[in-house]
Amino acid sequence: MKEIVVISGKGGTGKTSITAALAYLNKEKTVVADCDVDAADMHLLLKPDFANPAKFYSGHTAVIDQNNCIKCNKCRQVCAFGAINYVGGRFFVNELDCEGCGYCYHVCPSQAIKMEEALSGETYISKTRMDNTLVHAQLAIGADNSGKLVTKVKDLAKNLASEEQKDYLLIDGTPGIGCPVTASVTGSDFVVVVTEASISGLRDLKRAYELVRNFSIPLGVIINKSDLNPKVNKEIKDFLEEKNIPLLAGFEYNPAFINALTNGVTVPEFDTNLSHKMQNLWDDIQGRI
Amino acid sequence: MKIAIASGKGGTGKTTLSINLAQMLSQQIDGSKDVVLIDLDVEEPNSGVFIHGSVVHRETKYRQIPEINFDKCTFCGRCKEVCNFNAIATLPENVLIFPELCHSCNACVGLCPENAMSMKDYEMGELVEIAHDNLKFVESTLNIGEQQAVPLIFQAIEYSDKTFRNDSVFIYDSPPGTSCPMIESVKGADFVILVSEPTPFGLHDLKLSVETMQKLGKSFGVVINRDGLGEDLIGEYCSEHLVPLLGRIPDSREIATLYSRGDSIFHLESVYKALKNIIANIENQTNRNIF
Repeated sequence: MKEIVVISGKGGTGKTSITAALAYLNKEKTVVADCDVDAADMHLLLKPDFANPAKFYSGHTAVIDQNNCIKCNKCRQVCAFGAINYVGGRFFVNELDCEGCGYCYHVCPSQAIKMEEALSGETYISKTRMDNTLVHAQLAIGADNSGKLVTKVKDLAKNLASEEQKDYLLIDGTPGIGCPVTASVTGSDFVVVVTEASISGLRDLKRAYELVRNFSIPLGVIINKSDLNPKVNKEIKDFLEEKNIPLLAGFEYNPAFINALTNGVTVPEFDTNLSHKMQNLWDDIQGRI
Repeated sequence: MKIAIASGKGGTGKTTLSINLAQMLSQQIDGSKDVVLIDLDVEEPNSGVFIHGSVVHRETKYRQIPEINFDKCTFCGRCKEVCNFNAIATLPENVLIFPELCHSCNACVGLCPENAMSMKDYEMGELVEIAHDNLKFVESTLNIGEQQAVPLIFQAIEYSDKTFRNDSVFIYDSPPGTSCPMIESVKGADFVILVSEPTPFGLHDLKLSVETMQKLGKSFGVVINRDGLGEDLIGEYCSEHLVPLLGRIPDSREIATLYSRGDSIFHLESVYKALKNIIANIENQTNRNIF
């Protein structure tokens, strides 16, 4: 089983639309994981049944028991995150600021602080409308630790892909370069970076490249909206050539992307011409892993 | 006033709105005051592409990680035991620190029974301040390989608060999503603009952002970018859920092309009008003058 992850650096380049298209074309052979847990949108196209919901706890939050609190102020003094407030004669933990380090718990002389498990989100192992497996999640509102939720989604999907004897695990990754991206890229066999022909797209592509290079995982690039700016499109191609990175595909701005999305379907289901291009893209990726 | 510009989904136009709002305001503001644009999307900062000015300050940014004085360490393992982030491993005659996992909470240092630990600087990124007349711009960039955006976001805000007069207009170009980096960016703001686009993805992610704002108890409103791209999903959602709609920026190829080149769009008539509208609506919502 091979693991392919699609990331973008910059948001809004068409990452999810392209991942969903590849997932549709290879529905018999793949398990899909939506690791973009901050903005999980894959379900809008693949229409999963949200089956097997499971709460995922990760990290901790400090809670102060008012009955045992002797108001010594020690917890507030040691908290590096300013998460403990003194309001109306009582000490409170602001759960959004608490990182769950437990320093307060250790210094409290009256054992008034408990470390409770923090809800990170909910995971689902679903069947899509195409009857293949999608593992996805919903991040709890204001939750911390989205990187750990990403790892959880990925691990679940990985196990299912081998259980179901599928050839591929296809992962919709996250934008950025921080912990959620690192979590989605770790351990994969091939990384697809979707960029767009804009200065920001190029800048973010370069950062995504640096990140992936640290993992020594082979990567390829898709330039979406390639006709947006011919000059930048050329600059991206020059960059790829210089770094010896394969250009997997270029897609001109095409309203079919938005129209497919508005109709709740994937691009190949909506546009035959794009369906061929996506199939070629997939064949190309397959040849590389 | 401090205005954060955020969105659940990436690529909806946060940076476009942040820059153009900042540029337009800087031309209108009374000359003694500043407009300060802070790019808090430290993982992928892009506002700098659009700002041309002179660099007035540059500094390396650090966060704190523990170090061990092995003359005092007895390898008791207490530091490993108290670290909730698995950033410390203890061996019979060694202690290993994993900087990328450390949250700088200080627990290991404060709880070490031998007083053998202290905190030291660890480089995480860079901060640059650029000035163009009375538009000030602060950009911070996280080093590749750094996992945590929050400490750098915190420091960028802290730098801006210390450096600029508090009667400046502060605009925070925030990271996408609804998790910790976004929350860190918006929590000190007086008002949050959520930028969305009229697609099912845009609507879905907007709903999550709205819930997050409600949980944070923030005053906020919505701007529809690329308006006219599809059906008026966002407008309908806002009126149904009584979410203030601040303005609409039209979908246009001209705007997309200008953006792709790193050019401003606020001088375009349709955009200028939209921005005016957004400002008036923010003043209405907050009962405050933006300047």
